[in-house]
Amino acid sequence: MKYIEEFRRNDAGKAILKNLAAETDPGRTYRFMEFCGGHTHAIYRYGLLDLLPGNIEMVHGPGCPVCVLPKSRLDAAIFLAKEPGVILCTYGDMIRVPATSRDTLYKAKAAGADVAMVYSALDSLAVARENPDRTVVFFAVGFETTTPPTASVIRRARDEGLRNFLVFSNHVLTTPALKIILDTGPSVALNGFIGPGHVSTVIGSDAYLPVVKEYRRPLVIAGFEPLDILQAVLMLVRQVNGNRFDVENEYTRSATREGNVKARALMDEVLEMRDTFGWRGLGLIPRSALKIRPTYAAFDAEARWDLAVFDHRECEDDEKGCACGEILQGRKKPKDCPLFARVCTPENPVGACMVSSEGACAAYYLYGYGVGRK
Amino acid sequence: MELVHGSGGRAMADLIDGLFVKAFSNPWLDKRNDQACFSVPAGRLVMTTDSFVVSPLFFPGGDIGDLAVNGTLNDVAVAGARPLYLSAGFILEEGFPLKDLKRIVESMAAASGNAGVPIVTGDTKVVERGKGDGVFINTTGVGIIEADVDISADRAQPGDAILLSGSIGDHGVAVMASRNHLKFETAITSDTAALHGLVAAMLSATTRIHAMRDPTRGGLATTLNEIAEQSGVGILLDEDRIPIKKEVLAVCELLGLDPLYVANEGKLVAICAAEDAEGLLAAMSKHPLGKDAAIIGKVVEDPRSYVQMRTALGGKRIVQWLTGEQLPRIC
Amino acid sequence: MCLAVPARVTEILPNQLAKVDIEGVVREISVDLLDDVRVGDYVIVHVGYALHKLDQEEAQKTLELFEQARTILEDTK
Repeated sequence: MKYIEEFRRNDAGKAILKNLAAETDPGRTYRFMEFCGGHTHAIYRYGLLDLLPGNIEMVHGPGCPVCVLPKSRLDAAIFLAKEPGVILCTYGDMIRVPATSRDTLYKAKAAGADVAMVYSALDSLAVARENPDRTVVFFAVGFETTTPPTASVIRRARDEGLRNFLVFSNHVLTTPALKIILDTGPSVALNGFIGPGHVSTVIGSDAYLPVVKEYRRPLVIAGFEPLDILQAVLMLVRQVNGNRFDVENEYTRSATREGNVKARALMDEVLEMRDTFGWRGLGLIPRSALKIRPTYAAFDAEARWDLAVFDHRECEDDEKGCACGEILQGRKKPKDCPLFARVCTPENPVGACMVSSEGACAAYYLYGYGVGRK
Repeated sequence: MELVHGSGGRAMADLIDGLFVKAFSNPWLDKRNDQACFSVPAGRLVMTTDSFVVSPLFFPGGDIGDLAVNGTLNDVAVAGARPLYLSAGFILEEGFPLKDLKRIVESMAAASGNAGVPIVTGDTKVVERGKGDGVFINTTGVGIIEADVDISADRAQPGDAILLSGSIGDHGVAVMASRNHLKFETAITSDTAALHGLVAAMLSATTRIHAMRDPTRGGLATTLNEIAEQSGVGILLDEDRIPIKKEVLAVCELLGLDPLYVANEGKLVAICAAEDAEGLLAAMSKHPLGKDAAIIGKVVEDPRSYVQMRTALGGKRIVQWLTGEQLPRIC
Repeated sequence: MCLAVPARVTEILPNQLAKVDIEGVVREISVDLLDDVRVGDYVIVHVGYALHKLDQEEAQKTLELFEQARTILEDTK
């Protein structure tokens, strides 16, 4: 596959690793957080941890929109799915995530609710067109990568004059979460960040300049192929060695300094900032999530239904012993959690980090468990 | 389909005669007894049964009928047995279109004919609307082990080689692509096939196959985890050696699926002593159903029975049991 | 997060849509978020949307960076 396979080549990987071995200072530890769940997934899936020099530690970040969605928001989605006449359209990732009292969209579907899995937000629009006598609600989740498609379908729905299409918006933002990590952060300091490649494609690498300047840690944006990640780690090591803290971009084929201006304009037209939003494991973060603007209220599920009872404020809702909050902040590793693999498994997830295959615990369980030293 | 078709009366007899017996026709079935009577050659008898409840019923490269015949034939074949006879039981939902049933029956007849294994006895029931998912099919197969083989999932030993007969993920991806809501166009078709000819060719090369299985639901990963656990060994795979079609890989990349967990319907995994591997591979490669065969890994000592894989980058990952159903993801 | 893959644009359709191909697998996607997408372009596709036109020159540069590392390594063997 063009522009994928070339970035997985073994020989180039070995070369980058040799450079890493040569350039890491044996007298120190490097602790880098890969913010994005997709990077966590790739790191484990390719077995990169064992290949990195022993004094580089990767700390897993909270960039997993499925993981950080509070259970109460999922309760709301399940409620909507059960409403008479509703077809709830959802991405596959959310279908088996347990909400309060272990209910899931999958179980709701088995009990008779109309839940339709879609690959694209556009498909939910098609469902609305094909079912004019039903109310179609699109369960929108994701960071800035997934937000422009939501904005797009809302605008298309308006342009087409659809009257049976609504969106339940749960979109969240990257830089506020980065700041929380840096503010409350791990007990042992992080030396730098691997930045999310596709979020950056939308928001642009310049978006990280304020955070990097304020907190004086380097950030390197990386693509998702193994060579991208290794190269970005090398770039971080070089910055740390040189006492620099800049925003650098390894993923230049996709991310630019300004990002996708058109996508952001569309987001801005349709969506606006929420005052505050609850993040599972991280708590309430001000100005960290998006809701639909009043001008598009006709397409806002939160305007049609009163979902206040599913308040997103109680987000410290994980069970006793669950270390997700600390894992999402990078303070602990999956194996530090007493529930990991004993009670909490991908089949029976207790906390946020296990519910999605790119959550730190799920990725470790599925790919890294029992392998190597880390 | 109407309830009267299952009630044992004239309507049912007409259906059986006009559809099933006509399509499957063979000396046993034509007798219209409640059972089939036959002698078997000397050897150890093998028997297997499977029920097919798949959705969608029709997909690129086949339908539930193909799976019902080939799936059971394969379960017989991977024991090292020559399949002899099949049975077929149908549970049909009231309202199920007769033309769909006819299509399925014709597929079964073709698959059975191609394999040279007759469907010698069967059964039909009809349930009320809402109490069945269109059609459920059960097939049972018997076969005979003539060679001196001892094939069992608990016989893999450290040092053994692991062979795979061809590319993974074709069936699962073909089925997924035919699900309208995912809206992918692709030329991939199901790999559904009867493998007993391939197995016969393999046994001519060596009878010293330790374990053999066809990786259907849950994919290659599930089958290997089963064998590892039953044999009390570990497995180490080499990602670079696992054959996979470019289009299958592309769909998996697009949807975020791991091909190791995607279903196959015409492939087998065989485990043999290291010294027999090259010979076995050569025999497989000469057969049309084994032309992409490869040695994909080896069995190792491991009290934890983990299946691990050396990735394209040279790192290692574990290949866990499948948890739940693999769904397309955005993250 | 954000599973996205590069795919080649094979057809431009009305209503800001396009067909893309990756190894013979074809899907219709939206090009709402981009301007001036042409047949032959590679785009990064996420949930049925093109997010960016893959910069083929930059891709080459990145690959060359890796290639440089690799050849330096070989030279020093």
